[in-house]
Amino acid sequence: MVQSLDTLIETPSQTAGPYVHIGCIPSFAGLPGVYPEDLGLSPIAPGAKGQTITITGAVIDGTGWALRDAMIESWQPDAAGRFAGQDGADPAVSGFCRFAADKDSGLFTLTTVKPGPVPHRSGAMQAPHISLWVVARGINIGLSTRIYFEDEDNGNDPLLSRIEQRPRVETLIAKKTGEGQYRFDIRLQGDNETVFLDI
Amino acid sequence: MKDMTDNGESDQGPLIPRQRHMHPVPYDPEYKTSVPRSPKWPLLSMESTPSEETGPRFGHSLLGPLDNNLILNFSKDGSPAIGERILMHGRVLDENARPVPHTLVEIWQANAGGRYRHVKDNYLAPLDPNFGGCGRTITDAEGRYQFLTIRPGAYPWPNRANDWRPMHIHISVFGHSFGQRLITQMYFEGDPLIDRCPIAATIKERSQLDRLVAPLDMARARPLDFLAYKFDIVLRGRRQTMFENRLEGM
Repeated sequence: MVQSLDTLIETPSQTAGPYVHIGCIPSFAGLPGVYPEDLGLSPIAPGAKGQTITITGAVIDGTGWALRDAMIESWQPDAAGRFAGQDGADPAVSGFCRFAADKDSGLFTLTTVKPGPVPHRSGAMQAPHISLWVVARGINIGLSTRIYFEDEDNGNDPLLSRIEQRPRVETLIAKKTGEGQYRFDIRLQGDNETVFLDI
Repeated sequence: MKDMTDNGESDQGPLIPRQRHMHPVPYDPEYKTSVPRSPKWPLLSMESTPSEETGPRFGHSLLGPLDNNLILNFSKDGSPAIGERILMHGRVLDENARPVPHTLVEIWQANAGGRYRHVKDNYLAPLDPNFGGCGRTITDAEGRYQFLTIRPGAYPWPNRANDWRPMHIHISVFGHSFGQRLITQMYFEGDPLIDRCPIAATIKERSQLDRLVAPLDMARARPLDFLAYKFDIVLRGRRQTMFENRLEGM
């Protein structure tokens, strides 16, 4: 026998299920009035500094079908790379957003400001990115990934540089479709499966 | 960088890596929807960065007075929801056994008959006009939370030919870092459907599944009013930071 550690183990995850919207975005789920408004409707308020961008995409399963019941959360810094609560952070950027796949098309949309680069513990800078967390029925533990941008310099990003199979880097990079417009699909499985993170 | 925690500790270290084998397996053929929705390739493992170590904060001003009372928060005329009245309570802690104060906890559940108020739920059991099925609260300075609700019913679901979900309440917790984000489910002590549920069985470590089963807590039950169930939640912790400024190799 040895001494016992005085640490705990994280509570195990369970799937968010098909009705996650009831708990997290009830107005979207058709339960208006429980709360004044759904949490995380937008990561920005009027006056947020930086370039406003819109990212559109879908969460696609291994058969090629776009999920209609996925919910996504995003977390990002402001245009200068500061997170809400940090000194000097843009007060108009909460940085947090909740959005869901459309129940008919499966498409999601995130309108925000383009984030700035964020320092890494090593001293290197991380290329601008938005962190995502994807939950849905059939996903037993929420999936973490990141959106990078094809019109930014991603060459020295510490995370992207760790991806051995270089073609897979492209799964984390939003493609520009117009001025301030990007496309970012999340593929759970199959060809071009998105790189998911254990971070 | 400003310390993002408010519990009096200097949490500058990286998040403790997840023990993935203590979580459900992503791919489980007995839970059919997981088959096309589980990644095939390994996750990319990396030490956390400020992007994961920071996270959204929500203040008490967010909350309405009935947000943690599911018996009344959807009632149109003050009539209580139908069902067995229960208090669900517990603490949110981290892996260092420290309370996680001032963090948002959200729950959602079926009504007493096992029906969700959702356009896609067409189970035979009726809707309760006074029950919506969602609630939220923020933990206090010691990480405690509580909800007043009704015990949800078990219900059948399309998976194998005759699968039933045990009584359960879904729980979403934020913590103080986006990398701590967790959604799980609370089950009820003594429910025979737990051991027949393919979703519960995605957790292969039995001791871990047991941690999702809330015990009856008569010390918190109120006579002639409600029973109580206790459900503690542990989020990822952060590594203690004594050597954090040393470079690799010390």
